[in-house]
Amino acid sequence: MLEIRWHSRAGQGAVTGAKGLADVISTTGKEVQAFAFYGSAKRGAAMTAYNRVDDKTIMNHEKYMMPDYVFVIDPALAITTDVTVNHKDTTKYIITTHLSKEELLQAQPKLQGKDVYTVDCITIANETIGRPIPNTPMLGAFMKISGMYDIEFFKNSMKRILEKLPQKIVDANMVAIQRAYDEVK
Amino acid sequence: MAFDKMELRDIEVWDGNFAAAQAMRQAQIDVVAAYPITPSTPIVEGYAQFLADGYIEGEFVMVESEHAAMSGCIGAAAAGGRVATATSSQGFALMVETLYQASGMRLPIVLNLVNRALASPLNVNGDHSDMYLGRDSGWIQFDAYSPQEAYDLNLIAFKVAEDHDIRLPAMVNQDGFLTSHTAQGLKPLSDDAAYAFVGEFKPMNDMLDFEHPVTHGVQTEEDWHFEHKARQHNDLMVKVLPKIKEVFADFEKISGRKYNLVEKYDMDDADICVVCMGSSVETAREVASEMRANGIKAGVVGIRVLRPIPFFEIIEALKDIKAIAALDRSSPNGAAGMLFNEIAGALFNTDSKALLSGYVYGLGGRDLTKAHLVALFKELQANADAGKITTQLQQFIGVRGPKLAYL
Repeated sequence: MLEIRWHSRAGQGAVTGAKGLADVISTTGKEVQAFAFYGSAKRGAAMTAYNRVDDKTIMNHEKYMMPDYVFVIDPALAITTDVTVNHKDTTKYIITTHLSKEELLQAQPKLQGKDVYTVDCITIANETIGRPIPNTPMLGAFMKISGMYDIEFFKNSMKRILEKLPQKIVDANMVAIQRAYDEVK
Repeated sequence: MAFDKMELRDIEVWDGNFAAAQAMRQAQIDVVAAYPITPSTPIVEGYAQFLADGYIEGEFVMVESEHAAMSGCIGAAAAGGRVATATSSQGFALMVETLYQASGMRLPIVLNLVNRALASPLNVNGDHSDMYLGRDSGWIQFDAYSPQEAYDLNLIAFKVAEDHDIRLPAMVNQDGFLTSHTAQGLKPLSDDAAYAFVGEFKPMNDMLDFEHPVTHGVQTEEDWHFEHKARQHNDLMVKVLPKIKEVFADFEKISGRKYNLVEKYDMDDADICVVCMGSSVETAREVASEMRANGIKAGVVGIRVLRPIPFFEIIEALKDIKAIAALDRSSPNGAAGMLFNEIAGALFNTDSKALLSGYVYGLGGRDLTKAHLVALFKELQANADAGKITTQLQQFIGVRGPKLAYL
């Protein structure tokens, strides 16, 4: 069982990202689950979304999770909230930030000693898609860190998921995914 | 057909709401009258989108409240169309008066009830308060534990409700957020297979048949009221469960997926079991399997059809069990709990010596964790070993503060 927790603000696309990832993984024969905690949150409120991936049918519906990966797609949340809650020794963190890793660890001591990767998904999204929607670049970074799928396979899968968007936006998302894949460190 | 068909993949990743909307598209609903409310909103949004995109020939009626939504559904169903809608929580509470009209007028409407807590305090998350509120309304009530089941049970609900021997409205319950907003892989039927299963709508006593005028929504005082209500109850008690079993069998033939009035998991040699509804059934199944790996013979009973209650199937499922936990996801507010009472009522005149205890859990979306269920199974095993209930009869799971226990 692979488990992922997303930290996001409502409106940044964590739910869409989690569902898109689940959809791609499902095409490779795995069982998937994607869900979120909403509450009656307004746009901008901190929220979490979740993925589970397994070889057999996923029957567990508890919201509690000790994630294998933590995705933080809003830069402030890594500092203002505890993204390490319910962590394991092996949990990997992919964090959107314009800070260097050293600056980030200084700003959030709870991340010290953890397996942390950084990428500036907000800037990438602004420069490619033209809006600060960091969900698809985060998935590009995840492909690099996890080695889950070949990046070309992943981009082609995402093209199908985004097919209802204008071609220009789909193309921009592909550039964003590739850039995050290349830039995460 | 004058509308477009949709190409679906063998496995689609849908949440429970989209699964229900897709089933409504495939069943080609004539009229949806709806007033959207969280967490059921995407169901009627989905129908409206499919309608606007030319995938359905039908009509979406925008109304000013849930009371009006169900009233619109009643009017459309009486006129002679295939009708469905969706709601949750406060919206459902506002519909209650009209629910009794729909069942009393014998109108086969399908209502997707996406289960959510009832205020006050206001809460948008999942529990079964609304499901429980509807249980004396004369509707058939199905319960889905996953998006796949929300899809399947929608198709099944139309076929049962619209049968001319049944002619009763049906609700398809699914857990708010835990099912409605959780995307999982599911296997849809093709548009043709789904529509062939549900079948062409066959009107009965339809008001738009001007050659055969009928009256709906009449008044009967003491001269006839009781006879009408007795006949409605009789059909629920005598006709509905056999029809559901028949439709479940038909559905298995085309889908390979088998449904039962009462869903038994690892019950054949179980000593202890939990009885619950909604997505908790699946989590409990996973935990029961883990308990078995530790030598505890645990099982799970899920109630698939809440109304009419499968009385004899519940007795059969629980007949050899030593300790049973009834899990109610709704505050009984001054009683033992609905499932506790239904199970006690079913087992009372049998030879069962089962120890029955009740648990209230998950109100307002509070998580039911695997750790909670492990502790619960251990408590049941302690009851079975001691030959008596070692706790009070009613306990609360997962509530903060001092442990709450009653009776």
